[in-house]
Order: sequence, then structure tokens, then C-alpha cells
Amino acid sequence: MSKNFDYSLVDNVLEEHQYKQSAIIAILQSLQEHYHYLPKEIFPRIAEKLNVSEARIYSVATFYENFSLEPKGKYVIKVCDGTACHVRKSIPILERLRKELGLSEEKITTDDLLFTVETVSCLGACGLAPALTVNDKVHPAMTPDKAASLIKELKEAE
Amino acid sequence: MLKSREDLKSLREVYINSSKKEDKKILVCAGTGCVAGGSLDIYQRFIDIMREKGINCSVELQKEPHDNSIGIKRSGCHGFCEMGPLVRIEPQGYLYTKVKIDDCMEIIEKTIENDEIVERLAYKKDGKVYKVQEEIPFYKKQTRIVLEHCGHIDATSINEYLSIGGYTAFEKALFDMSQDDIIKEVEESTLRGRGGGGYPTGRKWAQVKKQKSDVKYIVCNGDEGDPGAFMDRSIMEGDPHRMLEGMMIAGIATGAKEGYIYVRAEYPMAVSRLENAIKQAEEYGLLGENILGTDFSFKLHTNKGAGAFVCGEGSALTASIEGKRGMPRVKPPRTVEQGLFDKPTVLNNVETYANVPEIIVRGAGWYKGIGPESSPGTKAFALTGNIANTGLIEVPMGATLREIIFDIGGGMKDGAEFKAVQIGGPSGGCLITPNLDLPLDFDSLKKVGAMIGSGGLVVMDSNTCMVEVARFFMNFTQNESCGKCVPCREGTKRMLEILERIVAGQGVDGDIELLLELADTISSTALCGLGKTAAFPVVSTIKSFREEYEAHIYDKKCPSGNCKKLVTYAIDPEKCKGCSKCSRVCPVGAISGQIKEPFVIDSSKCIKCGACKEACNFKAIGEV
Repeated sequence: MSKNFDYSLVDNVLEEHQYKQSAIIAILQSLQEHYHYLPKEIFPRIAEKLNVSEARIYSVATFYENFSLEPKGKYVIKVCDGTACHVRKSIPILERLRKELGLSEEKITTDDLLFTVETVSCLGACGLAPALTVNDKVHPAMTPDKAASLIKELKEAE
Repeated sequence: MLKSREDLKSLREVYINSSKKEDKKILVCAGTGCVAGGSLDIYQRFIDIMREKGINCSVELQKEPHDNSIGIKRSGCHGFCEMGPLVRIEPQGYLYTKVKIDDCMEIIEKTIENDEIVERLAYKKDGKVYKVQEEIPFYKKQTRIVLEHCGHIDATSINEYLSIGGYTAFEKALFDMSQDDIIKEVEESTLRGRGGGGYPTGRKWAQVKKQKSDVKYIVCNGDEGDPGAFMDRSIMEGDPHRMLEGMMIAGIATGAKEGYIYVRAEYPMAVSRLENAIKQAEEYGLLGENILGTDFSFKLHTNKGAGAFVCGEGSALTASIEGKRGMPRVKPPRTVEQGLFDKPTVLNNVETYANVPEIIVRGAGWYKGIGPESSPGTKAFALTGNIANTGLIEVPMGATLREIIFDIGGGMKDGAEFKAVQIGGPSGGCLITPNLDLPLDFDSLKKVGAMIGSGGLVVMDSNTCMVEVARFFMNFTQNESCGKCVPCREGTKRMLEILERIVAGQGVDGDIELLLELADTISSTALCGLGKTAAFPVVSTIKSFREEYEAHIYDKKCPSGNCKKLVTYAIDPEKCKGCSKCSRVCPVGAISGQIKEPFVIDSSKCIKCGACKEACNFKAIGEV
């Protein structure tokens, strides 16, 4: 276990969930909400306190798409590529965002840790297609140009 | 805290009367769609204006006897998302569309203070103005049972739910009916699971009741993962108590004391509305120990998914609630025997539970009077894609596609030509023009190789490439395959490779046959529903659009001009001014020419990136 890592948050979250093994997903979700990803230091601690193997925690963390073991940007942009958004042309929006930020399918987070661009299967906002979210706020009826100005706005707000 | 049946009855009476004291109601849609359009700011603006003007407005139903007032509410989704943000005014039933902050003052001054309609905000079509919501063609042909109150009550208030008779069914089930009575009523109603399978709900409940176990669970599947579906989201957000009531009745009927609601993480608002609803029910003592003085106790929990489509499958979902990887297991034992934590479990989806209270209150006979005999009731559909009115609708089972797409949906967007509709998401199939008059119910769809699925309807026009659609769904399923069984893990990957080759212009003779063979193998051997149905979109598009596949494979052409790799770019010499911009942006130097003379593209070098087309200021470059 890392000596330089502050475990107080991890311990609080574990206590909140009463050290239940069935709460592994909820525990990881709470921690990810705070760190924006799952730092590797937390795994041994959770395993020890819940009395399960580290592999078990790791297996859950790697199975679900929402968990990330890599740090993410301050603004996580999720471009919906569900059916409804796809047929209303969501891919050009994704391509434009990647172009504006110098990202690609492999490199999803900018070096300054400001932006992460991902796709999501369906936000359930199909009536507003094509849609994207910035940290869970839905932006409806997007176009590549609107997406570009959104990036500009977010950058200027920094 | 309510301690008896009488307590509940008198509290309900209080809020029924309180609701009557609201002369007018302003219902601002607070579904995900309208919130994204700024409806919460509109809601606040209404309150501010009324307070400034000294109009007595009530944000919540008031308990004490009080003066008449104007009710202002955050309602659930009205379904007409295309026209949002929506504001409904009662009692007139006016529906204002695309409302902006600046419109609020006019609405208050005209409609609230002077009973006049603000006509410019009413829905208009073909020159006709529709003042009243129920008159709009989008609503007129719908039958709303599950969505009855969605958009008509404040979704964040249990008192509002009580004011429209909420928890009457629960009360009836708890005091006037035996476990067998409840199950018999649900069985007789022939309610079938709305999650896609269509399994009779009453039979499922009876099987769980029969199990000799002290611990049983009620689980609600709110992991609505099909891309293009958002019925369950709207119910959870717009009328959460109705679903809770359905789960509580299932608890009474089967002897379960605990329930779990599994909601996908992409629906944060649904999670918070449900948590809010559970808290309110607990505070009133409708959830907890010895409910209303009886020996029935029931607790409810919410679980947030973490982004795995496969968790919509029963055994994967229960594994996920247990804090494990969401992978399906071999059956039997079935979920009704050994489900969550290896205990007998009722697992139904959101819409199914939401149907239950009305069946208990109004009886199986009433329910069976709606829709066809073998699958009665209504079905909610999410209408999306290239259609004029996207949104959420509810129609009797057995309605035809033509009614849904053309009467309710308003036909194709921008007058395009109808090509197909994808039903049932990545596990479903596509229906085409000859299927337009087919009644939509569980059995007739099965006959044509499609399924209702959860209820997503994605409408596609003639500009959509069906091979690309098949590739899109296969890409989705392949991504979501959990990897446990070989047919799904490896089979979907091979099918995706073949489809990717075809849309890239590298299809070969025999690809169609190979796809069909793989599809057959995967469908017969995969472990769970996700795998078994993974190939359906491919099989169904091959069946209806084989010539499109052939055009891609043999002629290297995409008939709808969608597949980038099959497009040939050419410069129109008439329009080209010879500015050389295209040749400068071309990444592979495929464009050449003399300044002020028409340029040409060397198609053998062209990589079809489309950069030249985008760069041209004279629209001289096109796809041929």
C-alpha cells in the first residue's frame, strides 16, 4: 500500500457502504466521482477492508465501461452514438471534436487533462439527437460547428 | 407517518382537495429532453414572475386549508421531445411548445391572468393551430395508461401522486386481496413482460410465490440499454411512484420483503427521482416495517449500473447487484428459483411494474379490453430517427406501424421517403414498407422475424444504408459482448469483420452466405439473450435488402451513397474555378490541375477522405 496516498476518503466511502462486498460497484462509483478515475493505490485498500482478493476488485473495475484506470479530463465529453444519434449524423461531431482537441480513438484525453472525448451507446435523449454530454449536462441537437464553439467556450471559461 | 388504512385514505383525501384548490396549473416539462433545452430556468422564471406580481402560487400541494392558488409544477416527460421545452396549462389543456424564458411573462399575463391563449406558442401543422394538447395528432391517436400521469403531475412529489389516487392499488392489494387474488388478477389480465421477452407476468409471480424460501426479492430492470429506447427512463423520471407501487404489490403477492431497482448510470435524473420517491414513501411509512399497521414489511434500494449493456439480461443484472462482473450464467436454475443472492426473485422491467396498479384497481377485465387478446394492454415506444415527431408514445398493442409512423409520428422528416424501421434495437430486426400494416404485438412480430424488444423504433429514410446499419448494430453488440461464451465473443467479432469489409468495398463472393451461417450458429449456441439475438439485425437486413449487400460486394457501390469508402469524388468542371484549394488540402496529392482551369481527381490515388469536398468554396466537388 502506498505511504504517500491519503486513504481517508477511501475509508469513509467504505464505511458508508458498511464494508459490504455487494457494494463494490457503488464504492468504485463514489471513488471515481471524486478522483475522476480509479487510482491504482485504492485497490489493495478496498480488498483488505472488504476481505476479498484484489483481483475481484480489479475484475469489476475492468468489466464495466464507466470505470477508468486512467486519469480523465476535467471536462468529460460523451458523444452519443446510439442508433437515433447515429442516423442523425453523430460521427461528424465526434470527428470534429477530436480534430479540435488533437485527440483520436486511442488518445482520448488532452495532455493538459482538460478534455476527454468518448462515445456512449445511448444517453436516452434520442428525441434530441444528435446529443452529447459534458460532465452529465446534456447538449441537444448538436452539429460539428456547435461542438467546436462549445469547446471554445469551455476553454475560455478556464 | 401513516399507521393505518384510514390514515392513508384521509391523507389522500387532503391532497385530492388541495389539488382542486389550484385554479390553474402550470406544468413545466422536466424530462431529460426539456431540461437540456432549459426548462428548469423557465420553471424558476414562472415562480419569480408570479411572486413579483403577487399572484398566489404554490410550488407544492399545501396540506392546510388554503386559498385558491396557481400551481406550478415540474412534470415528467410529455413525450413530444421534438417540440420542447413544453409547458402545459390546466384546466384548459393548452400545450405551449419551444418555450423560451422571454415567453414566460406573456404566458402569465395572457393565459394565467386573462384566460387567453398565446397562439404563437401553440403547436401548428399544415396551417392549423392546435390549442389543446389532446387535439394534437401526436397525442390524439395514443392511449396512455402507463404514461397517463407523465407530464400531468409533479414528478418529485408523493402528495401529487396521492392527489390523483396514488397508492389506491397498493391499499387494495394489502387489505382487500389475498396473495392468490393478486396473482390471479395479474394472470387473468394476461399482462406480458414489457422488457422484450413477453413472458406472462402473473405466471412469473406465481412461480416465485410457490418457492419455499424465507427470503425472496423483487427486482426491477431499469437498465434500458437498447440504443434508441427511453420509455423506461421517462416512467422513472416522470411517475416514479407508480413503478414503486407496482413493485410493492409484487412484494405482497410473492412474500418478498426487499426490492432492488437497477438503473443504468446514463440516467442520473431517473436515479435521483427514484431515490427521492423512495425517501418520501419511507417517510409516510408506505415502505418500511409493518406498513399501515399490517405485518407486511418492504424495503427498496436503488443500484446504479456502470455501463454494461449485458446487465439488461436477468442473471447478469443480478450478478451486478451482487457487486460482481455482470455476466450471465447458464440456466436452469431460473431467476424465479435462484435469482438475486441465490434466492427466488421476481425480475420485471419498469413498464411492466407500472402497468400493475391500474390492473389491480380497474381489474383484469378492463385491461383485456385494450389491444389484442393474446397480448392485451398498451406499449410505450420511443420514436426516433428520421421522423418528423420524435418522442415517446403509448399505443394499444396491435397498432400498426403506419398509424405510429404516419399518424402519430407525422411521417418522415423533411418529406424524405420511408425505407425501414428498426424495432427492438440491437436484438431486433427491420420492418419495411410491406410490413406497415402489420399489427405490432409480441406474436405477429415474431412471425416476421422481428421482436418488440423494449420498444425502440428507429425510423430510417432512403438515405440510410442498411448494410451500414447492420454494421452499426454488430459493432454495438460486439463491444458489449461480455466474453463469457465463445459463440458470442468470437462469432460477433468475425461477423463485424465481414461487415466492415463489405462497407469498405472489400466484400467478396460468399460473404452473405458466411454471415448467415455464422448468424445461425451464434443464435443456436450463445449463452444469453444478447448473443442469441446479436445476429438478428444482420439476418433481417439481408432478408429485406439483399440487393444492397450485393451492390456493395459485387459492384462496389453503396446505393444510398452513405459508405464513404465506396464513394468516388469528382470535380464538376462547370463549377470549378481552378483556385487549387482542393489540391492543397488533399493529403495524398490526388488532385492536380492548372490555376484558373478545372482541376481533376485521380481516383486511383484518392483515399476518399472528403477533405476536398469540405474545402471547396464553390460546391464543385461531389460524390458520384
